[in-house]
Amino acid sequence: MQDQRIGVAGSLESCDVLVMVILSAESRGMTLEIDSPSLASFGEEMKNTVMEIMETLGIPHAVIKVQDRGALDCTLRARTEAAAKRALAVPAGEKVSE
Amino acid sequence: MMSRSAGNRKTFSFTGEGKDIPSIGKKREKGKIVASLEEAFRLAEVRDGMTISFHHHLRDGDLVVNMALDVLAGMGIRDLVLAPSALFPVHESLLRHVRSGVIRSIEGSVNGPVGRAASEGLFSSPVILRSHGGRVRAMQAGELRVDVAVLAAPAADAMGNLSGISGPSACGSLGYAFSDAQYADRVIAVTDNLVHYPAVPFSIPQTLVDWVVPVESIGVPEKIVSGTLRVTRDPLRLIIAEQVAKVVEESGLFTGGFSMQAGAGGISLAASACIRERMKAAGIRGSFISGGITGQSVEMLEEGLFESLLDVQSFDLEAVASLASNRGHAEMSASFYANTASKGCVVDMLDVAVLGATQVDTDFNVNVNTESDGVLLHGIGGHMDTAAGAAVTVVVTPLFRGRMPMIVDRVLTVTTPGETVDVVVTERGVAVNPRRKDLLENLRGKGIPLMEIGDLKKMAEEFTGIPKTPSFGEKIIGIVEYRDGTVIDTIRQRI
Repeated sequence: MQDQRIGVAGSLESCDVLVMVILSAESRGMTLEIDSPSLASFGEEMKNTVMEIMETLGIPHAVIKVQDRGALDCTLRARTEAAAKRALAVPAGEKVSE
Repeated sequence: MMSRSAGNRKTFSFTGEGKDIPSIGKKREKGKIVASLEEAFRLAEVRDGMTISFHHHLRDGDLVVNMALDVLAGMGIRDLVLAPSALFPVHESLLRHVRSGVIRSIEGSVNGPVGRAASEGLFSSPVILRSHGGRVRAMQAGELRVDVAVLAAPAADAMGNLSGISGPSACGSLGYAFSDAQYADRVIAVTDNLVHYPAVPFSIPQTLVDWVVPVESIGVPEKIVSGTLRVTRDPLRLIIAEQVAKVVEESGLFTGGFSMQAGAGGISLAASACIRERMKAAGIRGSFISGGITGQSVEMLEEGLFESLLDVQSFDLEAVASLASNRGHAEMSASFYANTASKGCVVDMLDVAVLGATQVDTDFNVNVNTESDGVLLHGIGGHMDTAAGAAVTVVVTPLFRGRMPMIVDRVLTVTTPGETVDVVVTERGVAVNPRRKDLLENLRGKGIPLMEIGDLKKMAEEFTGIPKTPSFGEKIIGIVEYRDGTVIDTIRQRI
């Protein structure tokens, strides 16, 4: 797991979301885990938002963990983008959180 | 007994004091005390299929409901109908008695786990949900027939005079228990504080009580009443509270003799604080605050802002202490409070009611029973009663909670009909029911952000998106009875 690059953004406060993006040479495609009180009502929308941002940033392979505490879509967008950019900014082999 | 006729009257000859009508509490030394709950249930001749009622003044600190059902289960009694005024999370342990067949169904409010279990389809017949006023009306009309009432009593004497203002489990008002004492065939009081006769001042009189059972403990004090309820610091809720106060101030009712009800919820408490400041500033002296009473209501009474408190449920230690000492602080029964079939109830005298919601729709219908995911988690309380009675009913809600919009096209459950709701206040706008043109006129041009309710709904959805509707099965797990006994809505099983 040497060239695993991790970016984290957000928090577990209510109405926020904690997003972790893990980039690694070994991962193939997108693995998305969502834990959210809004899953039944907004599961599809949340998935689409995360995928859209990954596509915009040109990330084809990643493991993404979303721990949601009832965040609005704009919050999820901001946290996902920040986490992904932090992961991209990490030199291979290092781990960076906030 | 010898009978003979005297004119048209059939009369009986005197045979000796107490011979023909033995008095239940005749023995002075012992009164009505029995050694155990089991013995009391035996004396009450509890049988399979009976209806047993409880009151909920001990809230989440109650030990009596679980205790009683454990005893009944041990006696081999089955198929009971439970008629509590409300159940709380502490009553989750009743679910095993449902699974084993001791409890067949529930007619009463179910807060938390028991409601969730109902939503999952645990009960063979639906939970009957009634408001505080509706529950008494149903008893009065014989629609809810209670065989045995089991009344938790923070203080009781040997003859069954009961009070809530003293003892280790003091809860203040016993408002919801009056109807049970009055209408149940048999009444068992359970107390952890047996006091000398007579237990003056008493709430429920000995004339209505059959047996008194002393036990070790009836409640967990810190879960019965809270300490001082603090006004929220959440800026969003404070904005809503401030808008409520503005609406009240401009409603046309904000004059001498003003009356109101606002609960102990975060927004309601903050709204009361704002109204309090405005009353002081305007030099207005109101008549009464009704419903659930808090330390803040007590302070407003003591400041002379209101002449009296009408207390059906005391929420905190200050309210309990005040009920015991303030002359202007009166206990009231649920019937006096909210029963439409009584000869006059307090809600009809209310100027303003500030009420909460889990959802509001564009027809102003309010849901307080089910959450946005369709799960039954809350009772009605006095919501539909006060909405119907108050001259102006204000419903407060944030525009969304988490990612769920609170203003929707159609509420999942109609608890309180839109025709009784006048104003909806959110942090981003205030909507007035189009039926209330008079009120709309009063509020216009006063710096209140008035909007159509449909626009509030759209605004909420712009933030949250449109949620997928939860999926329900065919089975009806809850019936929402309106305060007059008609069915206003049903709740289906979540799948």
